Amino acid sequence: MALGAGALALVVLPLVGLLQRAPWSSLGRDLGAPEAFAALRLSLETSVGALAVSVTLGVPLAWVLARQRFPGRTLIRALVTLPMVLPPVVGGIALLYAFGRRGFAGHVLYYLTGWRFVFNTSGAIVAEAFVAMPFLIVTAEAAFRSMDPRGEEAAATLGAGPAYRFRRVTLPAVAPALAAGAALSWARALGEFGATITFAGNFPGSTQTTPLLVYLDIESGHEGTALALSLVLLAVSLAVLVGLRDRWLGSP
Amino acid sequence: MTLTATIRLALGTLELGVDLDVDESAVVAVVGPNGAGKTTLVRALAGLVPLDAGRVTIGATTVEDPAIHLRVPPEKRSVGVVFQEHRLFPNLTALENVAFGLRATGIAKDLARAKAASWLEQVGLRDMARHKPAELSGGQAQRVALARALATEPAVLLLDEPLAAVDAAARAELRHVLRAELSRYPGDRLVVTHDPIEAAAVAERLIVLEEGRIIQQGPLVEVTARPRSPWVATMVGLNLLSGVAAHTTVRLDSGALVATGTAAQGPTFVAIRPNAVAVHRAPPEGSPRNVWPGQAGELYLTGDRARIRITGPVPLIAEVTASSVAELRLGDGGAVWASVKATDIDTYPA
Repeated sequence: MALGAGALALVVLPLVGLLQRAPWSSLGRDLGAPEAFAALRLSLETSVGALAVSVTLGVPLAWVLARQRFPGRTLIRALVTLPMVLPPVVGGIALLYAFGRRGFAGHVLYYLTGWRFVFNTSGAIVAEAFVAMPFLIVTAEAAFRSMDPRGEEAAATLGAGPAYRFRRVTLPAVAPALAAGAALSWARALGEFGATITFAGNFPGSTQTTPLLVYLDIESGHEGTALALSLVLLAVSLAVLVGLRDRWLGSP
Repeated sequence: MTLTATIRLALGTLELGVDLDVDESAVVAVVGPNGAGKTTLVRALAGLVPLDAGRVTIGATTVEDPAIHLRVPPEKRSVGVVFQEHRLFPNLTALENVAFGLRATGIAKDLARAKAASWLEQVGLRDMARHKPAELSGGQAQRVALARALATEPAVLLLDEPLAAVDAAARAELRHVLRAELSRYPGDRLVVTHDPIEAAAVAERLIVLEEGRIIQQGPLVEVTARPRSPWVATMVGLNLLSGVAAHTTVRLDSGALVATGTAAQGPTFVAIRPNAVAVHRAPPEGSPRNVWPGQAGELYLTGDRARIRITGPVPLIAEVTASSVAELRLGDGGAVWASVKATDIDTYPA
């Protein structure tokens, strides 16, 4: 009992602290400040971008992991989930040495196209996708794996080829799970800090997302803005949780 | 187009070895007990499970031949399937379900929907077009599944236990619809069922499948009148014995003798209708040619008739009146005598 109460206190008291110090009266002004507004807008852009990358690349990979048998599948599955447990700052450094201007892949890319990820918005998107995509892949793979194959069989006997079956039978069947995975993945991208600041940098307007600005503000004494932005992130997290409640908080 | 299949495949404990020909001339039913391999046969023909060996040909097209690594996927076989569980797409309406196959093969949306509507009407469900599968009864859902399979006009139509998952009340109507649609469908039609009564209702030809092998096949009347396996005999309600005939006497495997009305030679099946068996507590007088001793066993009452199992050298089911059950106290068990006229005994080569 007492230990349980301790656990609850550990989770709840910080929230109380945040709400108790929140600058309710100046909230509008704090969030409307050009720097804060830019960070919020950038966060929205990059998190949606990271979600788009995650869905485009992650869903097909999840399908392959769930449905195809090939050597090394277990290894690939483990690798894909690695960013979930890897310290994000390590992820950021790793990204730097791969896709950075002097990274082996980034170098080739820069040489071929003149394009580089580092220190621009696309870098922030890549960093967020790196950290957030596993959440979508894990959820989507579980959904593909547990899906009843009988509908797909029926579709095949009706003359539907693989692509048509996937679009009209498989996707609708896993849509709720995909939506949940996407929400989770998006929320994770929105809060991403370590990988972003390491890989993309901290430039207002191009890579300075909300969590980065919160950190900067609290370090430099702009407590009001930091708290106001924190409240926004907290509200978004709660909204995602409420949206997923039937899936994850439902009674067993 | 004729469906010709030689199927060899092992799946778990099942070893399926079936050679069959189906053409448009008759609705064919594959009957057999659970576990005989009926569903696997359907899945193999549809391309949902690969053959180990053999060949499947539809018309002039070979769709599967492991020897040359040929395996046409289900969607390119022109084989439609009605599954035991309707397998409708839960997110689509009845109409969209029926239109699914047409849309999948590239038919424009409006035309596909118009065709689907007419198929729904044909199975008596015009009013249910906008309903989702969850809003349909079991019988209605299976009718939509039938319309959905028919709508793509496959060369071969396979039905896997189409009535099994439907409750008894809806079964009669569904059977009626199935019978009508199957008889008018111009392609090859194969129905799988564990119930010979159901098979008799929809099919003109029977194939009896047991333990992965075809035991018997032929016109419905022939198979039901002259069963060649105990399972079929039981299902159609006949006593089936086997032995070796010499002129008008058959010596059963148990050593008992059966006198028959017609002469025969060699291994022979003996079929006796339960209502041709008379039961007595004492050796009967008069001259029935066949009188066998036995023990009265289980009793099943059905209205004013009863069926009683008689064990002994000649095991039989006898159908007697309810009054003779009381008169002879058959419920008590004990020794009885069974008699059958020689002219009531049908024999045919084993």
